[in-house]
Amino acid sequence: MADKIAMVDIYLMGKRYTVPETLTIIDAMEYAGYQLVRGCGCRAGFCGACATVYRMAGDYELKVGLACQTKVEDGMYLAQIPFFPGRKANFNLEDIKPTMAHFAQLYPEVYRCLGCSSCSKVCPQDIDVMQYIAYIQRGDFEKAADISFDCLMCGLCVSRCPANIVHYNAALTARRLYGRYIARPDAFLEERAKAIEEGRLDAEIDELVVADNEKLQELYNNREIEK
Amino acid sequence: MAYTPQLLELMKKVEETRASRVGVNFPRMSQEERREVLEKFHPDYIEDGFREIKVGVNKGARMPTEMADVFESWSRLRDLEIDLNAPPDYDVDVLIIGGGGAGAAAALDAHAAGADVLIATKLRFGDANTMMAQGGIQAADKENDTPAIHYLDVMGGGRLENVPELARALVMDAPLVIKWLEDMGTMFDKKEDGTMITIHGGGTSRKRMHAARDYTGAEIMRTLRDEVINKGITVIEFSPAVEVILDDKGRAAGAVLYNLETEQYQVARAKTVIMATGGSGRLHYRGFPTSNHYGATADGLVMGYRAGAKTIYADSIQYHPTGGAYPPQLLGLLVTEKTRGLGATPLNIKGEQFVYHLETRDVESSAIIRECEERELGVPLPTGITAVWLDSPLIELTHGEGTVEKQLPAMMRQFQRFDVDIRKLPMLIYPTLHYQNGGLLIDENGHSSVENLYVAGEAAGGIHGTNRLMGNSLLDIIVFGRRAGRDAAAKSKEMPVPENLNLDHLASYHRELEETGAAEDRVGPILLPHYTHR
Repeated sequence: MADKIAMVDIYLMGKRYTVPETLTIIDAMEYAGYQLVRGCGCRAGFCGACATVYRMAGDYELKVGLACQTKVEDGMYLAQIPFFPGRKANFNLEDIKPTMAHFAQLYPEVYRCLGCSSCSKVCPQDIDVMQYIAYIQRGDFEKAADISFDCLMCGLCVSRCPANIVHYNAALTARRLYGRYIARPDAFLEERAKAIEEGRLDAEIDELVVADNEKLQELYNNREIEK
Repeated sequence: MAYTPQLLELMKKVEETRASRVGVNFPRMSQEERREVLEKFHPDYIEDGFREIKVGVNKGARMPTEMADVFESWSRLRDLEIDLNAPPDYDVDVLIIGGGGAGAAAALDAHAAGADVLIATKLRFGDANTMMAQGGIQAADKENDTPAIHYLDVMGGGRLENVPELARALVMDAPLVIKWLEDMGTMFDKKEDGTMITIHGGGTSRKRMHAARDYTGAEIMRTLRDEVINKGITVIEFSPAVEVILDDKGRAAGAVLYNLETEQYQVARAKTVIMATGGSGRLHYRGFPTSNHYGATADGLVMGYRAGAKTIYADSIQYHPTGGAYPPQLLGLLVTEKTRGLGATPLNIKGEQFVYHLETRDVESSAIIRECEERELGVPLPTGITAVWLDSPLIELTHGEGTVEKQLPAMMRQFQRFDVDIRKLPMLIYPTLHYQNGGLLIDENGHSSVENLYVAGEAAGGIHGTNRLMGNSLLDIIVFGRRAGRDAAAKSKEMPVPENLNLDHLASYHRELEETGAAEDRVGPILLPHYTHR
């Protein structure tokens, strides 16, 4: 039942190629003969390597997508943005705290947000980017961490920002501040780590390490399984 | 609608039988049936997919044919003159090859131990299978659990073929790793009071799977990457290593790097080298699609092997039973095990279940292959391959409307992007090449059989025996990345600057290739998969 697959014309950096309509942009570039070096990563929508901008022939609107997660369409004019220069503020996490003052020293530009929402419109993960920048401005790192969590750091938001904000780096700093200082520590984890470091759990495991396979298999087959 | 009219017609069978399948449990296989389906259909047992490697330290070892081919390849430096003893382009204590989770963890601990560290990586820093790991990371950090209980799960899951000292290191370091990551601000799923939320994974006897939503690996990777940059550690992207350099005593002493953009070679001299290049799914053993990253091409295995590092369990590959098969854009993509955990069942072209939906990964995969190959009851796809249905709408019938959206949001989004609503339409799946169980043999400090050459992450072997459990891979990369980083840093302090750098091992490797008549056109490591004319 091999159906005949329809072909479409796409334009890679202005050059026309005829490719099967079922392909993603990534696959279409390879079909066209590109050996990809940049602009290609996990090919599953997790890594943000393949940010792509495109216009449909005759349309004024600039569209964006991840090349591995977007199907080609007839008349698509596209180019990849495999790298976009974005500033990252370096910090020592132990020297900063989740306060507006500390954050403003690292990323003062978040306060220059014009509220245009270009970042939110462009996000391929449908994250409300402008909203998390607003949370950061107010020092609400918990909310900023929460809604920015699915960010792939593809950089499309940065490419569109008239205020030159590097949203994804600001968000990552907010999440690390939340994880380090706001989320409460697990009480038992600390205790367990100490027990291991002091060698208090060595004897139990060393008995297993020297056990023969017959003994291990028996223990394994009869081990108690938590419901 | 992404499914063709023909597929929609075939799908009617699934809909017809659905009501009769709700709440009915398909019987599990007996031990005997499991053994039989594995031996007849698991790719690890299909002899014509394997051959013996004819050269190198493990001459005669069994490997997948595609792996043996890339091992028996000629160096990219075969006809090139490179002055290895001119002032080098980079000169460091610890050279780390690969910028995934293992490489980043190694860099942080080597740096903390006072070493001068360089990371050279093929693609971007963070482009790795680490980034794609969804499920979680195991650690025995609950009161009803101990590293010893975790150890038993690891060994039993690995068919008792694990190197005991490696499995011990894995489980003993696990709680320390969770704490280390959390202290860097990694956001694990927690309750309001700070208690870690942990669940079961395949083969666990305690709930010890920690997650960060369904972006666990991504969350770990971006935190590690951010911290490496904070520390000012030098990272060179798009510059894969192509050979390990040795000194006149046969110790690792650096690597030749290749700038993918300018096509120039550079020399990095180092007192110790850590190979953290990841897996090999992009070699597509037996033509399987893969859930792996674009860069998973076995580069480190090839370079390390040529330099004399021994392999272990190179013939043990993990196939995940549920890889995407259709729409074609999702080919090979991982359909998380949770989908079956919630009750979605595999069905053949008649809409009938043919295997219990929660057999172990190896058995489930084999049963799906049998259904398509021997019984010829697979669903033929417009793309020319066959697949089986995974009846995801059954989830909502079993657990109520809204379950898919709540429990499988990432999965739902992935398929929705290509117009398949998995709440209403069954998925089409086929096993996908997922993980390399073996690799280069290491000791508990990540040291390989070549002095001053360390290996960490998926490139290393022995930890998981011949079958890795879910959640032990994210753990392994951090545990052995850190161990290798610390040991390499300590070792580099005792080492003088390496002298008489050479690539003599290539000459003898090439001689062996000539003697065994290796194909002239094979050049390795391959660095990038070639998909341009498929």
